Amino acid sequence: MQQTRAIEIGTGLFVLFGIASLLFMVTQITAERVGVQRVGYVLTAEFENIGGLKVGAPVSMAGVTLGRVIKIEFNSKDYRALVEMRIDPQFDKIPNDSDAAIFTQGLLGNQYIGMTAGGSETFYKDGDRIELTQSALVLENLISKFLVNFAEGKSRSAEEAPK
Amino acid sequence: MITLLRELWRSTREALVQLGRVFLFFLQLLAFTPAALMRMRLIVHQIFNAGALSLVIIMTCGLFVGMVLGLLGYDLLSRVGSEEVLGAGAALALTKQLGPVMTALLFAGRAGTALASEIGLMRATDQLSAMQMMAVDPVRRVVLPRFLGGVVAMPCLTAIFISIGIFGVQLVGIQQVGIDSGSFWSQMRSAVELDDIREGMVKGCVFGVACSLIAVYEGYNSLPTAEGVGRATTRTVVISSVATLLLNFMLTAFML
Amino acid sequence: MSDAPAPVGVGESGNLVEIRDLYYSVGRRPVFSGLNINMRRGRITAIMGPSGTGKTTLLRLMTGQIRPDRGTIIVDGLDLAGLNRAGLYGLRRRMGMLFQNGALLTDLDVFENVAFPLREHTDLPERLIRHIVLTKLHAVGLRGAAQMYPAELSGGMARRVALARAMVMDPDILIYDEPFAGLDPISLGVILRLIRQMNDALGITSIVVSHDVQELSTIADDSYLLSEGRVVASGSPEELHANTSEVVRQFMNGMADGPVPFHFPAPDYSAQLLARGERRRRRRI
Repeated sequence: MQQTRAIEIGTGLFVLFGIASLLFMVTQITAERVGVQRVGYVLTAEFENIGGLKVGAPVSMAGVTLGRVIKIEFNSKDYRALVEMRIDPQFDKIPNDSDAAIFTQGLLGNQYIGMTAGGSETFYKDGDRIELTQSALVLENLISKFLVNFAEGKSRSAEEAPK
Repeated sequence: MITLLRELWRSTREALVQLGRVFLFFLQLLAFTPAALMRMRLIVHQIFNAGALSLVIIMTCGLFVGMVLGLLGYDLLSRVGSEEVLGAGAALALTKQLGPVMTALLFAGRAGTALASEIGLMRATDQLSAMQMMAVDPVRRVVLPRFLGGVVAMPCLTAIFISIGIFGVQLVGIQQVGIDSGSFWSQMRSAVELDDIREGMVKGCVFGVACSLIAVYEGYNSLPTAEGVGRATTRTVVISSVATLLLNFMLTAFML
Repeated sequence: MSDAPAPVGVGESGNLVEIRDLYYSVGRRPVFSGLNINMRRGRITAIMGPSGTGKTTLLRLMTGQIRPDRGTIIVDGLDLAGLNRAGLYGLRRRMGMLFQNGALLTDLDVFENVAFPLREHTDLPERLIRHIVLTKLHAVGLRGAAQMYPAELSGGMARRVALARAMVMDPDILIYDEPFAGLDPISLGVILRLIRQMNDALGITSIVVSHDVQELSTIADDSYLLSEGRVVASGSPEELHANTSEVVRQFMNGMADGPVPFHFPAPDYSAQLLARGERRRRRRI
């Protein structure tokens, strides 16, 4: 009978270990917060091109995460992307002329919204729209712009050289 | 030529018959399950046999697989300058594919063969016939607890394998190679979603059912000789492995 | 063909088991062709015959594990053909069977093995189970081995434990499948004594299947000799020893050659020896 008791305890520990591993996986290796947060206030912004921005991407200012993107929609009236983001309630003193731009983490990382503070004395409140936005930099556009500049520079120096 | 085709047809028909029998066996086991839950002690004992006793091999292999994944990932990613995504890539590979599949294959090798040979030996030494003579249904008393034990143990083992594997990845990535611990974990966290974990665990459960079913079926239907038991054990490993990989493909395609 | 001797005790209502006109085949091979056997209540009936005559198959037919092609088997007034699964299981609870190798459950110890039928079929309290198990173990002389495991037992001891297990539910019928095979003289004597004692003390009916002629003759009341799927001789052991039929005499006296030939069918000896370049034919398995 002792052996049975030992086996039962062992089995219990084993199953516990399995469940603990599962919990570890769920909490430590995903970014999901179990239980949706409904605190904080919502800001919207429109972009020409959001690039690879995804729902759940961080919204930060000066490198500090203020909130997250919660919805991305297509505005069929002016053909721009409409992004909704939820800001943590503790950051309630963001000047209402701050702008929002889409940046990339690292070189090939995920995209996020970075806000730069303006100088206004009034702050954003729930439902406000961020007017000043800057779209994501699309690699192809950058390259073509670079090539055009490069070609222009060359032709200009070619014009000036013989003088 | 004709004989070859005829052989092929015969083998296919045999395989279909076997598949049908296995499925019917499965249905029979399902039908007996509600009543069997009253005798938890037998099932608990079998969860111990199939799961707890497999812990050593699962954890060891999980660790090494994780470490190799770390080394391989680092080798590949450093060529394109994206070392920090090592955590994310390795975690995704482990959670969605390597974890469930390798756990199933190891399970088939260790626990599956144990189940098949235990039951096969009971058949060869007339223990199952003796039970029938004593008016005890051997399927309910011997087969079903072992099947349920495997079904419960497999998802637990899968989760453990994946977790230990990730530990192995970070052991190589952070300790040995020197990737920044903060970006390692944050990259992983932003890449891995709950759906990925769900995919891995669903696979673990499905593989658990398949491998346990095959093991108990082969054991129960083995020839009552020493050779029969050996053959049943071999077949268990082979068929479980093929079934696991086949199901893996189907599930991956389905859940994509 | 039909001068098979009349079964013992025909017409007596004291028969616990009656087998009439039993036909059974495995595939194309006929195992039994018209078997008639009576087993009297409270007696030891011996079933003897050369290896392969289907003695174990007969037991499986009698316990309902397989069904005959033709014929009837009546156990204690119940026709086996008319019983459904529940009925068969109910009947088997009244039978005890001793298998050839004991067939003890290897993951349980001796006590648990003997207690197994009690635990599965009854709701008796633990004290009562302990009482019954120890009593049965004492009857076979192994009460001291209650904590040992089957792997630690000798062949004779394992068989005695199996006997205790077969008796634990106080069955009406005890069936012994080759109980003497492979035992040393002492264990042999023990088993013989136990079979006779159990039968007389408990008033049960015993059926012993064996080909140990000498041993069986010492305890059997009625004997049946099977060959080629039917009864070739029946009666008390003395009557069988006095039987003049060739088949019976070869079996009872253990003669090497007779109706059951020594040589397996083969081509002519001298022709095979003198033939040159003979190809060895491989049997395709």
